[in-house]
Amino acid sequence: MRDASVSIANPAPMMTTVRQKLALVVAGVGILLLLVVWAAGRAIAPLPTFGAALILVAAGILLFVREEYLQRPEGIKNNGVWFRSLTARGVWGWLAGVLITGFYVCLYWFPQYLAGLIQLFDPVSQALRGQAADQWFVYGSLYTAAVLLMGIKFAYKYRHNPYQRLRTLSVVFFQLGFAWLIPGLLMRLQQPEIYFTYFWPLSYYQGTPMAYEGYAGSGLGTFFFFFGLAMFFVGTPVLTWFFGKRWYCSWVCGCGGLAETAGDPFRHLSDKRLIAWKVERWLIYSILILVVLMTLLLWANVATGRSMLQGISEPFYKTYSFLIGSAFSGVVGVGFYPILGSRVWCRFGCPMAAWLGIWQKKRSKFRITTNGGQCISCGNCSTFCEMGIDVRAYAQKGQDIVRASCVGCGICSAVCPRGVLRLEGASELAGDRERPFK
Amino acid sequence: MKIVILGNGISGITAARHIRKRSDHAITVISEESDYFFSRTALMYVYMGHMRQQDVQPYENWFWAKNRIELVRAQVQSVDFDAKTLHTSDRRVIPYDRLVLATGSRSNKFGWPGETLNGVHGLYHWQDLEAMERHSAGLQRAVVVGGGLIGIEMAEMFHARHIPVSFLVREKSFWDTVLPPEESQMVNRHLHEHGIDLRLETELKEILPDDKGTCRAVRTHSGEEIACGFVGLTVGVSPNIGFLKNTALETNRGILVNEFLETNQPGVYAIGDCTEMRQARAGRRPIEAVWYTGRMMGELVAQNICGKKTAYDPGIWFNSAKFLDIEYQVYGDIRAKLPENQATVYWEHPGGKKSIRLNYDKASGAIAGFNLMGVRYRHEVCEKWLREGAHIETVLSNLGLANFDPEFSDQYESEVVKVYNRQTGKSLSLRQRRGLPGVLRFLQHLSTSSQR
Repeated sequence: MRDASVSIANPAPMMTTVRQKLALVVAGVGILLLLVVWAAGRAIAPLPTFGAALILVAAGILLFVREEYLQRPEGIKNNGVWFRSLTARGVWGWLAGVLITGFYVCLYWFPQYLAGLIQLFDPVSQALRGQAADQWFVYGSLYTAAVLLMGIKFAYKYRHNPYQRLRTLSVVFFQLGFAWLIPGLLMRLQQPEIYFTYFWPLSYYQGTPMAYEGYAGSGLGTFFFFFGLAMFFVGTPVLTWFFGKRWYCSWVCGCGGLAETAGDPFRHLSDKRLIAWKVERWLIYSILILVVLMTLLLWANVATGRSMLQGISEPFYKTYSFLIGSAFSGVVGVGFYPILGSRVWCRFGCPMAAWLGIWQKKRSKFRITTNGGQCISCGNCSTFCEMGIDVRAYAQKGQDIVRASCVGCGICSAVCPRGVLRLEGASELAGDRERPFK
Repeated sequence: MKIVILGNGISGITAARHIRKRSDHAITVISEESDYFFSRTALMYVYMGHMRQQDVQPYENWFWAKNRIELVRAQVQSVDFDAKTLHTSDRRVIPYDRLVLATGSRSNKFGWPGETLNGVHGLYHWQDLEAMERHSAGLQRAVVVGGGLIGIEMAEMFHARHIPVSFLVREKSFWDTVLPPEESQMVNRHLHEHGIDLRLETELKEILPDDKGTCRAVRTHSGEEIACGFVGLTVGVSPNIGFLKNTALETNRGILVNEFLETNQPGVYAIGDCTEMRQARAGRRPIEAVWYTGRMMGELVAQNICGKKTAYDPGIWFNSAKFLDIEYQVYGDIRAKLPENQATVYWEHPGGKKSIRLNYDKASGAIAGFNLMGVRYRHEVCEKWLREGAHIETVLSNLGLANFDPEFSDQYESEVVKVYNRQTGKSLSLRQRRGLPGVLRFLQHLSTSSQR
């Protein structure tokens, strides 16, 4: 009886059509090309190989998802997510996790093993940035391709839901434009490589003296330095007051962008237990405190003539950079998508999310309202909350949901079978009205 | 005081939680079905792979010990109302000071030949889900008998697993005893769109066995045989009170209770699906096997047991469901056949999967009910208009207040107003569009006594 879901977790495989199998072959060959180049350590005929891989992967994915979603009536498409190996922590899930984690490990600490891929991306880098590719260009390009292609998939999946379509368009736009094209073009124009949508403290480097000094001589760079600080101190409180933290986390941010698109098939893997919420609060605010401390120390070091504090501030920065900047946000944050869900970094680590969350909880009009007595406690909202919020606990009591971690993706509202949840802004402070209409 | 609750569904568990909120009484919840409370309405999602068993349990397992709610897994075979004891199949005797009967429903069977065969099941208990699962491997076709809410759920479940389904519906159109014709036909079309073999005006005659005592086919009244390895019987539910029949407890179809949910036995209450109101409230049925009435009764019985005597008032009728991809909500009085004294304003989206219907009293213009397909309306707003008997034109010109669809969704309220104008020759216009600030202003005048 208690083990029933074990037997339930192993039904006949979900059907794929002939065209979908064909599409899988096409995408599979494209991915295989990339893996071969990665393993070989060098790329023969980079441009044709790159072109072929890109076209094959894109065509394969698009063909597959068109068949998956457009050939069927529009609606919620969660059939079998707990049955499939890839999305239910099965063999394919673990393999995918190992592959992505391995890629991140190479990226951060062993870029020499990405030499083949770097060669492969060289022609594109030359065309866009006017300079040779490095591992970060490879990473940024793959990342952008993932957001774009899986974004199209997500938009097909939720084509009946305008909020989801618009939101996806937004994250794809910001990733493609502000995190790929513009930084590349700026480099071509001999300007600093600026990502206008990454602010301190998510980008912990942006608030440091090193960043400030690095921008010396560039008007645009100095502008961005202060723009980033203004976004932290003024932009965040103001925008969050009106829209909640979603203005950033699920509409603009690149980490959020990847989670909402490539990460969407894994959103249900987030931990919903109370203990996870406790860990979340300890961890995320600790990291916010750490990054603030680190940045202050770095500036104090500069102010005191780089003598007294050099021995503390520099190792502090290096340790943060290694543990939080690379290991947590990258390796665990994305590599563990198929195991821990798509928002591990956003939920447990991101100091920007912590800051946005404080404002969302304390001073925002944004909330998710519940629809009277219609909740049937089914649990779809909680299950598909990527942030691990137990949405049902509020919905079944008829309470508004005002939680620091909610990124406003709107999926709880979309998957609710009884029309119970709605993301909205009120005329008053959210926290003032915990138990509405009663 | 020791309180024993028989049944760990939404009614029993709500009662237990609210008794704990209000008191320090000892609470024991007995269930034959499952170790922990789960959402019965979510069974379908476990089969379809949207959720696992633990995901449909609204409380984590530590919750019960922390709140000092003792959970007992046992089958109660009899109740000694004089000695105030329960007797289980494993010969345990459980005493009580107050007993709350929350035994739920059982699936109906109407004496069809073959209804007890292997592979013939209803869908109500966790064990029904296990049975569906057991029979699903290699299943070539399932037949679902009964065109109601559970029937269409079961059809969707098999369909989600790519198992062909024949859906036998006795009526001329799906659920047309409850849904008005347009909405009912919308569901028919949607079933066809999904490729479900919908058989309207088709009745089950018998279920045919193979040589191992498993069903191999059904035969309909027209004599047609449909080969199948599973038959779902979803022709309604009845109170699950078999072991209480012919005891001192007064029963009819369900356990008879007064407005305080008291049975004829002192200290014994009944709540949820298994109860039958001696005096049904105006516009409501004596037995209502609905999720939220179970929840309301659970909350109310807790008040009564803890000394705050309150009469049961489920308020204005509402309900909701989802027909595959089409959500359905109803508020107030919507009948399948429009009563003589009512008029209707019905708008349907050109895509044929969304509609809004408002019924009102012809003479007074008072709003009577809202019926929504593929569109979400806000409960509190509709309820306020219904309670106040607001005039149809007041409702129409402010209709945006009721809209609960996600942001950026199209708003169809002005189309509804147009339909009304066309029907009446008036030139009403929509004054209020969707938005929470307006809703809050509107509801601020709402009396705080509304109990839900």
